[in-house]
Amino acid sequence: MAATRDAFGHGVMELAQNDPRIYVVDCDISKSMKTVEFSRKFPQQHINVGIAEQNGAGVCAGLATLGNIPFLSTYAVFASMRACEQVRTSICYPHLNVKLACGHGGLTPANDGATHQAIEDVAIMRALPGMTVVMGADYHSAKALTKAAAYYDGPVYLRYTRDSVPDFYGPDETFEIGKGKLLRSGGAVTVVCFGELLHEALAAAQQLQAEGIAVDLIDMHTVKPLDTALLRESISRTGRCVTVEDHNVIGGLGSAVGEWMAENQCGRLIRIGLQDRFGQSGPYETLLKTYGMDRCAIADAVRRLAAE
Amino acid sequence: MKERVAHVEAMARKIRQEAIQMIYQAQSGHPGGSLSEADILAALYFDELNVRPGEPDWAERDRFILSKGHACPGLYAALALRGFFGMEHLGTLRQFGSILQGHPVMQKVPGLDMTTGSLGQGLSVACGMAIGLRRAGMDSRVYALLGDGECDEGQVWEAAMTASKYGLGNLCAIVDHNGLQNDSTTSVVQPQENIAERFGAFGWRSVQINGHDAWQILDALDDAKRHPGQPTLILARTVKGKGVSFMENIVSWHGTAPNDRQFEEAMKELEG
Repeated sequence: MAATRDAFGHGVMELAQNDPRIYVVDCDISKSMKTVEFSRKFPQQHINVGIAEQNGAGVCAGLATLGNIPFLSTYAVFASMRACEQVRTSICYPHLNVKLACGHGGLTPANDGATHQAIEDVAIMRALPGMTVVMGADYHSAKALTKAAAYYDGPVYLRYTRDSVPDFYGPDETFEIGKGKLLRSGGAVTVVCFGELLHEALAAAQQLQAEGIAVDLIDMHTVKPLDTALLRESISRTGRCVTVEDHNVIGGLGSAVGEWMAENQCGRLIRIGLQDRFGQSGPYETLLKTYGMDRCAIADAVRRLAAE
Repeated sequence: MKERVAHVEAMARKIRQEAIQMIYQAQSGHPGGSLSEADILAALYFDELNVRPGEPDWAERDRFILSKGHACPGLYAALALRGFFGMEHLGTLRQFGSILQGHPVMQKVPGLDMTTGSLGQGLSVACGMAIGLRRAGMDSRVYALLGDGECDEGQVWEAAMTASKYGLGNLCAIVDHNGLQNDSTTSVVQPQENIAERFGAFGWRSVQINGHDAWQILDALDDAKRHPGQPTLILARTVKGKGVSFMENIVSWHGTAPNDRQFEEAMKELEG
């Protein structure tokens, strides 16, 4: 178990060991974003602008014009909404090589309540031309994707959990941005996941397997650009898809997959996620259950589609 | 110094002429601010900035950010006159397919260091550049030109704090203080009469000059380099629409193109 924000802190340290172009620009939450050690070890590659995310985004843009690879280190609500227009106009429009490293993506700052739970960020970031949107499901995938993002052309939005999530991948697993991972190939229904709810989907898949329903399970760690080749490969067989994300069902993975399915006239879709409402404080498992985003809800959706 | 001043004055006149010509041809653009900033741009591009028009991406160059991006006709004129691209481009301002977009885009324009147009964002980018250049051991300097109305934006003050915290002596911000903004005078919309004092309170060196006096501009730019540990704010008092009598201090010339008769009159005045 580890929070994927830890993977950011560790991943960016490893990057900086070998690359003086790596910068971290903190916004007074370095303890939370696990960049304190980075700031001590690489003071020449670290900046803390304080509680000023708009300014932080601009500082990153300036660093990037010089050929550096800056990571803006903040929470998802702040990077995607407080600094949205700075990200759009100072970073995406000139296609600068800035990485937005964002903790607290989704409901995983469970106790913090809705102010700190980013449930719109993926929709916003997907809509920005040239932006890449990535979330690892566990520590090792988040770390590998952080490192891959550094050398991926242009702006990348990296989304991390605040709370600990189970480990799934081993440390040697490789990840390519824009290429989803087909983890199970069952053929009944395609289950596509973005981020840490992969663990709920894995549990659901196991339960369903016992019931005789074998699903295709995809870890779609990159929601933009979407791996449509993998979707085509799976959904052309199953004709049925359940998307799973810790985000509003509007604008995130469910929308991305749904848009592709509609344009390609291929099958039925159920979107698991927040049904256009804000979260609240409480244990993560309680929130997932309350909002219909846990393993039971995923299994129910699959059963419904499988029965059609 | 006399020769430097004369050269800057001559180039400022050309920048004004080209800017008005461009806006007239496009029948769109922002003449008021392009005229108020002309002397500052002339001082930067024809005296101060260490740049190479034949090598616009030269890593050790000085950087300039026009944070008040809408005043780009003045900047485009300065860049073309300095030799970064052919003068023939100036006639394409705001036209489909032009490198000279309505607000400046760095990938399209040789010699342009940053994409701007949304007010308030340039000084933060300048801070990032100044920190990065200094940490890379380069002597390059960073200049940002802001509008006074632009100082309504909170991000300007976030950036001002960062520049002060990191002691960015290689950063110089200039505020084109013409006293007018889109809706009315700054005193009506949002008073900006103490910009220099505010930057001072944020830890900057701040000086006030006449932004149409080339001697004072050059002197202030020279002086800024003598303070390696502190960013400098030059508050340049200017007249919006400077050089065209019927545009001077008139709010409506913020974003209006001249008609045929107005254009002829303006060019006559600018030719002197």
